[in-house]
Amino acid sequence: MTNRFVNRSELIGILVLAVFLVVILPLCLDVFRLNLVAKYLTYAFVALGLVICWGYGGILSLGQGVFFGLGGYCMAMFLKLEASSPENTKIQSTPGIPDFMDWNQITSLPFFWKPFHSLSFTIAAVILVPGIFALIIGAAMFKRRVGGTYFAIITQAVAAILTILIVGQQGYTGGINGMTDLRTLNGWDIRPDHAKVVLYFFEVGCLFVCIFIAQFIRHSKLGRILVAMRDKEDRVRFSGYSVANFKIFAFCVAAIFAAVGGAMFALEVGFMSPSFVGIVPSIEMVIYTAVGGRLSILGAVYGTLLVNFAKTSLSESFPELWLFGLGGLFIAVVLAFPNGLAGIWGDYVQPRIDSLLSSRKAKPGKEWTDNSVADGAPAE
Amino acid sequence: MSDEIKRGLQSPFRRKLLMGMAALPAITMLPRPSFADVPATSAINTTGLAVTDTEVTCGILHSATGTMAISETGSIEAEKLAIAQINEAGGILGRKIKFIQEDGASDWPTFAEKAKKLLVNDKVAAIMGCWTSASRKAVLPVVEQYNGMLYYPTFYEGLEQSKNVIYTGQEATQQILAGLNWIAKEKGAKSFFFIGSDYIWPRTSNKIARKHVENVLKGKVVGEEYYPLGNTQFNSVINKIKLTKPDVIFTDVVGGSNVAFYKQLKAAGIDLSKQALLTISVTEDEIDGIGGENIAGAYACMKYFESLDNPNNKAFVPAFQKMWGAKTVIGDVTQAAYLGPWLWKLTAEKAGSFDVDKIAAASPGVEFKGAPEGYVRIHENHHLWSKTRVGKAKLDGQFELIYETADLVEPDPFPKGYQ
Repeated sequence: MTNRFVNRSELIGILVLAVFLVVILPLCLDVFRLNLVAKYLTYAFVALGLVICWGYGGILSLGQGVFFGLGGYCMAMFLKLEASSPENTKIQSTPGIPDFMDWNQITSLPFFWKPFHSLSFTIAAVILVPGIFALIIGAAMFKRRVGGTYFAIITQAVAAILTILIVGQQGYTGGINGMTDLRTLNGWDIRPDHAKVVLYFFEVGCLFVCIFIAQFIRHSKLGRILVAMRDKEDRVRFSGYSVANFKIFAFCVAAIFAAVGGAMFALEVGFMSPSFVGIVPSIEMVIYTAVGGRLSILGAVYGTLLVNFAKTSLSESFPELWLFGLGGLFIAVVLAFPNGLAGIWGDYVQPRIDSLLSSRKAKPGKEWTDNSVADGAPAE
Repeated sequence: MSDEIKRGLQSPFRRKLLMGMAALPAITMLPRPSFADVPATSAINTTGLAVTDTEVTCGILHSATGTMAISETGSIEAEKLAIAQINEAGGILGRKIKFIQEDGASDWPTFAEKAKKLLVNDKVAAIMGCWTSASRKAVLPVVEQYNGMLYYPTFYEGLEQSKNVIYTGQEATQQILAGLNWIAKEKGAKSFFFIGSDYIWPRTSNKIARKHVENVLKGKVVGEEYYPLGNTQFNSVINKIKLTKPDVIFTDVVGGSNVAFYKQLKAAGIDLSKQALLTISVTEDEIDGIGGENIAGAYACMKYFESLDNPNNKAFVPAFQKMWGAKTVIGDVTQAAYLGPWLWKLTAEKAGSFDVDKIAAASPGVEFKGAPEGYVRIHENHHLWSKTRVGKAKLDGQFELIYETADLVEPDPFPKGYQ
């Protein structure tokens, strides 16, 4: 047994994705489209988290927008403070505070905004705030053995509550407008084209870090316990494992992935608003995972790209009808391919490649067949 | 005004254009032959916009889907009507307008994405678009970064001014102050109760209204309440209204919430023929949903009503209904959206160019005499000089004009003493 955290077929899959994202897309697309891909990829972080938490852990969270939003707002607060320097805001009645505070008659920076002057604090907050929040929700729910549908409903409620909170406290959060007009990151202008390209590659780098973490979790003992727990929770509990702690862990990992995506979103798009926090975006994020195949780490990335690409191109071509087209696409995918893109790959494409490979070489490599059976996952 | 004319007359070219412009509005509805001498594309487009020898491209960016579609559809229709009429009249600088429509899907980031697509990919020369303040705030950094031109139709909270935006709706002080003055004088109103949806526009509007009531009218505000967008339960605030008995209920509740609000008001026995109510957020479009019988007697304060009796409007309303159906109603924002393409045309012809910098510079002073609301003119701050009117809602869903300011009201997006 050598290092099993990436086996051969998975390594090929990751390399293909890397070539696709790092070489092919930047060469084929102009900066505008590349920036769109960057925006789509921020959702891929969320979908990746959902693969761990929903696909492997069996915890369906319909509130990932909460963590996406928390991560995004932490980053946006830093960027907004930097954009609200006294010189930029001298037209306001109180210069030096974000414009929306001025519109809401707030005359000094609220205490919880102050630490966001520091970039290192912000980066820590992007990971810790959603992580701790997920820990609290997870502990409160899973320790009491709340699971399944009830958990999904509660995550929805949290999403709704956070949206209302953000919209209601517009003096502190920018309300329904969100935080707009974000300009620089530590003095570096994030708006011009070359910055967008740099950010794109940085984001792809982060995405691969997350993919490797997900791979590691999946192939570790932990991953196997998650799968066991999903399939027969009681047996795992009776074997002496603390089911709640494993669930909390999976949920926190998903939350942190989502938060990183949110922070990247604020950087890429220069914008954060409550419309990413609510119920509808949270469900959309689950759809990305479902389309990609909820058991497939790479499928999540492809699923996110496919759905968002369809969304953009359909809405550009048919501004009044595109929602019907998108709805039709979902219905078709779910009805015909319940395992999503990864299912199509595993059922139709992979066997052909396998047979091609095995006809050339004698040995098809037993270990990966083993592996996919053990995980209950279609190969990628 | 006289300054502008003087400046305009300094150059014979401009004078000719001005004279042409003065003649235009009267005959805007008629087909006209295209201009005899069409300027070369290289001369009127030095920044790589989508302008060819026969066509100029503009973008239409509104929500065709989602919760805002019901409001924004009127704006889309008005802009398409204006574009069709301009094309019939020969286009702009001899070029027909081609439009690319994008859907903002009631989602602010989508607005920003689509605005960027229109500017970067399609290189549109102007964008007619946005509706909510939130969508404008999302689009504003994009049009400023890529130097686009946005014509924004909605009445809004002010506190904004951009080289890259022409605001064809009224800003808050323009809309509100005249209405408050009128109701204070006409009804002797001293006490006011404010109800709004919870976002930037109602909050800023009410802030301005409060300062005006307290400092200028010497009245008092007996209550100020906000409800989330889409809220449908107004019973508690209606009870408070019954307790405080204000002279005037001043509302800026928006969208679908209005339906619940006015029905519950009626159900609670508040009779709008006895209790004065002044709204700045209900146009003919909203009454369509509320039902005339639920709101008859209320006063609305804005710059346009479908029932306005002037020659421009008498041509505009049938033209609109011919294109979009006899039953469509036309609200204030729809009319303001109609102004966008016309002002763009007039400005491009004044500037003799589609270049955004030249359009922005030429905008102040551009006048449109064919506006359905009457004469409008662009101010140095890129807002419009316009009259403010008060209408009384009738059973049939129309407003009866009962007051209009004698002069055009100056737009003042950063009002001193009201912040």
